[in-house]
Amino acid sequence: MFSRSFAEVAATSSSEKQEKVFGEAQVTEKFKADWKTIAPNFDMPKFPSNFMEVRPPVPSTIPAKLTVNFVLPSQYEIKAKQVDYVIVPATSGQMGVLPGHVPTIAELKPGILSVHDGTDVKQYFVSSGFAFVHANSVADIVAIEAVPLDRFDPDEIRRGVQEYTQKMNSAKDDLEKAEAQIGVEVHSALQYALGIA
Amino acid sequence: MASGSARPGSMRLAKLLYGNVNSYLSSGAAGINGGGAVWGSTTGLSSAELAPFGARSASGQIVRNRMKSVKSIQKITKAMKMVAASKLRNIQVKAENSRGLWQPFTALLGDAPATKVDKKLIVTISSDKGLCGGINSSVVKYSRALFRLNGLDGPDKDVKYVIVGEKGKAQLQRDSKKLIGMYFGETQKSSICFTQCSMMADEIIKSNEYDAIQMVYNKFNSVVSFQPTVATMLSPQLLLGDQEVTGDLDAYEIEGSDTKEEVLQNLSEFQFACTMYNAMLENATSEMGARMSAMENSTRNASDMLDRLTLTYNRSRQASITTELIEIISGAAALEG
Repeated sequence: MFSRSFAEVAATSSSEKQEKVFGEAQVTEKFKADWKTIAPNFDMPKFPSNFMEVRPPVPSTIPAKLTVNFVLPSQYEIKAKQVDYVIVPATSGQMGVLPGHVPTIAELKPGILSVHDGTDVKQYFVSSGFAFVHANSVADIVAIEAVPLDRFDPDEIRRGVQEYTQKMNSAKDDLEKAEAQIGVEVHSALQYALGIA
Repeated sequence: MASGSARPGSMRLAKLLYGNVNSYLSSGAAGINGGGAVWGSTTGLSSAELAPFGARSASGQIVRNRMKSVKSIQKITKAMKMVAASKLRNIQVKAENSRGLWQPFTALLGDAPATKVDKKLIVTISSDKGLCGGINSSVVKYSRALFRLNGLDGPDKDVKYVIVGEKGKAQLQRDSKKLIGMYFGETQKSSICFTQCSMMADEIIKSNEYDAIQMVYNKFNSVVSFQPTVATMLSPQLLLGDQEVTGDLDAYEIEGSDTKEEVLQNLSEFQFACTMYNAMLENATSEMGARMSAMENSTRNASDMLDRLTLTYNRSRQASITTELIEIISGAAALEG
């Protein structure tokens, strides 16, 4: 009894095509039968994939545009927008994602995310998160906080760097040191991003 | 004569009225289910049991007291409904904005509620306050069903509950006290934020060993419809090991210098926090919506009850006045004749 990942369903030719608007959870027949045995009077519960739109299948040729989804806890920042490319701040450095990029899972560090569509460039400072690039040229970026760059105050940033460097030097145990290190990392990245000394 | 017969009559009446007050009040508050049948029958004063003709203001007093209390209940439930409506507006916006948060994870890792695991955590999300209709019972029902589902596979499965919210705890404590692993209360004192959810997720992950987590919550569709939903999240070990479960996770390259294990660990923990954030917001929105409907029903029932009581009161008042008049007139007629 197994269930397959959502992205793979569309990819393999031997799978059952589910060309619906909303996805279906990979619920096996045995699960349904078991459910009937233990709870004959209740309907089956809904699953998150019931509420999610089906992703496009893997195209045979590299598409011209990349589809970007950028989500935050506070809002759905960019929803299925077709762009040329994005640059994400992965832990190994700035990573550019073009259509046809190899499927990747990248953890993000604090830095600038820029979305390029022709001449239109939108830049956000993201705190951290994950970026997934799928085989069907869909990029999902999940971040905890993202703020457009013009909302930052340079003095506050400089003060933040000094404060956290001080805390790191005077840290008494590993936990405090780790917290202070995170603060230094974020503020330095901000400093670098905004180009201030 | 009349006053003599009033006393036993009014005592019977009092017992009838006050004996039924509690059941009517509680069914009024619960509102939705089964309320209709109860309301349809009586206000406690069927015509056969009214005080006999000639009984006067003793019964009137009782009915008047009851009318006063029903009226104040009506006002209270109406106010509660408006409060719930205003809270609903705010939190609905937040919940709808957070709906994109779990989608990337489901797109990547799939949604596999049928996965067979040995250690499972069932996270039940419920409300702290009551008077919100049937949402907490439905969440608890589904949690129990999931528990039994695991039990079907064999007796050595380890399933524990993690409960968020007073009402869920109250219901699950009755028969599954030993199975409750952790409990989070008063989560809505300050408004729900991602930091709070990630701390809760952290606590749960630190203190429990698990292969899979199934989160049960009410998803908000509209003010009158909420659907119990089960979100499944797998532990990093399962993601790494079992290719059948996650499909082609291997096809994805890991960017950066971390090993695949570390990245998958972070990924699974992050998924848990994100799903929990969305689940709590959806459940809170459902709670407000359910409370609105429950209070609406309660207000309507109270006004129906008030109408009936008023009619009964007027009828008995007019009957007693008529009886007095008849006595006086017949007395006068006897004198003349």
